Amino acid sequence: MSIRIFVPMDSGALSVGAGDVAQAIAAEATVRGIDIELVRNGSRGMYWLEPLVEVDTHAGRLAFGPVTAEDVPALFDAGFHEGGMHRLGHGLTEHIPFLAGQERLTFRRVGITDPLSLADYEAHGGFEGLLKAVGLDGAAIVKEVTDSGLRGRGGAAFPTGIKWNTVLHAAGPDKYVVCNADEGDSGTFSDRMLMEGDPYCLIEGMTIAGLAVGARHGYIYLRSEYPHAFHTLQQAIAKAREAGWLGPDVAGSGRSFELEVRLGAGAYVCGEETAMLESLEGKRGIVRFKPPLPAIQGLFGKPTVINNVMSLAAVPLILARGAAFYRDYGMGRSHGTLPFQLAGNLRHPGLVEKAFGITLRELLLDYGGGSASGRPIRAVQVGGPLGAYVPESQFDVPLDYEAYAAMGAMIGHGGLVAFDDTADMARLARYAMEFCATESCGKCTPCRIGSTRGVEVIDRIIAGEARDANLALLDSLCDTMLNGSLCALGGMAPYPVKSALTHFPQDFGIAPVTAE
Amino acid sequence: MSLHGRPGYHSLEIESGALPFRTLRNAMSATPAPSDHRLAAIHAAVETHRPRPGALLPMLHAIQDALGWVPPEAIPVIATALNQSRAEIHGVVSFYHHFRTTPPGRHVVQVCRAESCQAKGGVALEEHAKRSLGIDWHQTTPDGAISLEPVYCLGNCACSPAIRVGDEILGRVSCARFDRIVEGLREEVPA
Ligand SMILES: Cc1cc2nc3c(=O)[nH]c(=O)nc-3n(C[C@H](O)[C@H](O)[C@H](O)COP(=O)(O)O)c2cc1C
Ligand code: SF4
Ligand code: FES
Repeated sequence: MSIRIFVPMDSGALSVGAGDVAQAIAAEATVRGIDIELVRNGSRGMYWLEPLVEVDTHAGRLAFGPVTAEDVPALFDAGFHEGGMHRLGHGLTEHIPFLAGQERLTFRRVGITDPLSLADYEAHGGFEGLLKAVGLDGAAIVKEVTDSGLRGRGGAAFPTGIKWNTVLHAAGPDKYVVCNADEGDSGTFSDRMLMEGDPYCLIEGMTIAGLAVGARHGYIYLRSEYPHAFHTLQQAIAKAREAGWLGPDVAGSGRSFELEVRLGAGAYVCGEETAMLESLEGKRGIVRFKPPLPAIQGLFGKPTVINNVMSLAAVPLILARGAAFYRDYGMGRSHGTLPFQLAGNLRHPGLVEKAFGITLRELLLDYGGGSASGRPIRAVQVGGPLGAYVPESQFDVPLDYEAYAAMGAMIGHGGLVAFDDTADMARLARYAMEFCATESCGKCTPCRIGSTRGVEVIDRIIAGEARDANLALLDSLCDTMLNGSLCALGGMAPYPVKSALTHFPQDFGIAPVTAE
Repeated sequence: MSLHGRPGYHSLEIESGALPFRTLRNAMSATPAPSDHRLAAIHAAVETHRPRPGALLPMLHAIQDALGWVPPEAIPVIATALNQSRAEIHGVVSFYHHFRTTPPGRHVVQVCRAESCQAKGGVALEEHAKRSLGIDWHQTTPDGAISLEPVYCLGNCACSPAIRVGDEILGRVSCARFDRIVEGLREEVPA
């Protein structure tokens, strides 16, 4: 019997050499006359170990990493394919503390299965949720999602069930489901990992959404920075359709659902849902005024569900296991789990899915292993480029939507970017304004002009020119942007700026206030 | 034994030579004047996507995938097909960072400027890229080999700093690794 060896196809793993490793293993096995089956799985999310090679044994899967193509002959010499020891070995994958402590619900298959194998997907609980949904009417599906407490994972944390209910009750035969796969927030990659590592999960979630609200067509709006995810999704959609999970008769229900991937074109603002609709319609990605809500008048003027990849990918399990199962994870009004993405200067960057309520300190130290540089972690940007910089003094606040909002921060899409004590917070604040200027859709003056002025004012502060006057100017500029912007790009770009100023004034040449 | 997938770009560092690229953007270099070849590609892209709702972005992608950029002669063809004004089409092309209105070099190298990469030496990499190539963002080296572009996150933040070359993403890119990658790209014979 052939030995199953896993080498990820995840673009992060490929980015550090997994393709060469897979080739080297295949070639070496051939030369040695060893019968192997090479499976190209998703990533387990332990990126410091990528390329992570796993070998299937009776006891479970053994992990080796980070493996280079040059290591491959020595691994075979050590008999790694038969459970032999090697310096790159980490024992059973499931026992690696980074993984063992997680609560993987949405990511339960990622890294384990062959992403494009329908047989694998079904063997690991795939399509159970959809098969449940097929037996329910729209209102019952919506109720299940509402009762689960699921809130949007794209940033705004709006209850998913309530949004679906609006679309369900909106009039008209033509409705759409749009998946927001723009994942523009820096420091985030969970959408990408899922789309590359378990694409059927997203397809299943979207199909359930379609059945729930009565939509027969879905679009995945994918950022153009994700070419690998694009190819994986396209193949997965074709296979799912061929197998009858998509198409004119979804899972024998007699109802149709078609799915299509559309590529964005490098505009951060197109992650904002109404700009995304404009883009899908073939226009410039300019934010629309609301109302009308997209749930009433969305894509091509029709009622439209728009959800983030993580929101939709949570749905199959909610249907399969029931709302209460999901709802029991988490704290307060933050139910379920969030796939946190550990990025920046960390020893163990990667994906950690945990129930809400975990703290930044636990994530950074217990999972992230502290900084990669070995220096103290000074600040963490939580929730993407519009998220606040959180200082060490706030590392023990539980990650809960309300607790974060109360301290002027946001969890957003769950990205954490850690900086060590060499970080220059004034430069990062300047970058936040520069990013806003680059990506502004241009509709509102405070965002379009204010961000450029923000860069200039911060430059003057850094240069020490009329510092007090310029600080006052920056403050009022931030207020204008906060209050006078149509969407969160202009409306939240002041968060990283103001948090950097508040917590790290010395970087702006201001003496820190010592009394605490 | 099954081996789906293709080798990653870093094979460059091990063996330079023929590269496993699907989207080598070399068809277009150095011929800014319209050509039959280009017009044919434009018409093919427009006809393929015309029936789709919201066809404009798919059309523009198809044109850029085929030619490496969106040449000016594409605008009237698209405008006619979609029954929109040239100004409207031009407005869309210019809105999106992804679409190029000038021909790029044989390879497009994008360097991530976003926060996670900054936390891992990305700023030094940006400076190194510009200095070693002798160009600024959105410029092409005089030998026509490489165009340099900024990008804001490649979703590879757990392997920062990250760059993209064509359709390959590369992670943990030190300045030395950047040089090896560029060297490999330069050695490649233009088609
Ligand atoms: C500037 C801006 C960028 C955004 N980018 C994204 C994004 O990349 N992905 C995403 O899912 N939501 C993004 N959002 C949030 C969306 O507007 C919207 O709230 C979300 O897609 C709704 O899905 P959810 O309820 O499942 O989170 C962005 C919002 C703004 C203002
Ligand atoms: S805040 Fe900025 S990005 Fe948002 S609508 Fe206004 S101009 Fe556009
Ligand atoms: S911040 Fe550079 S890849 Fe995400």
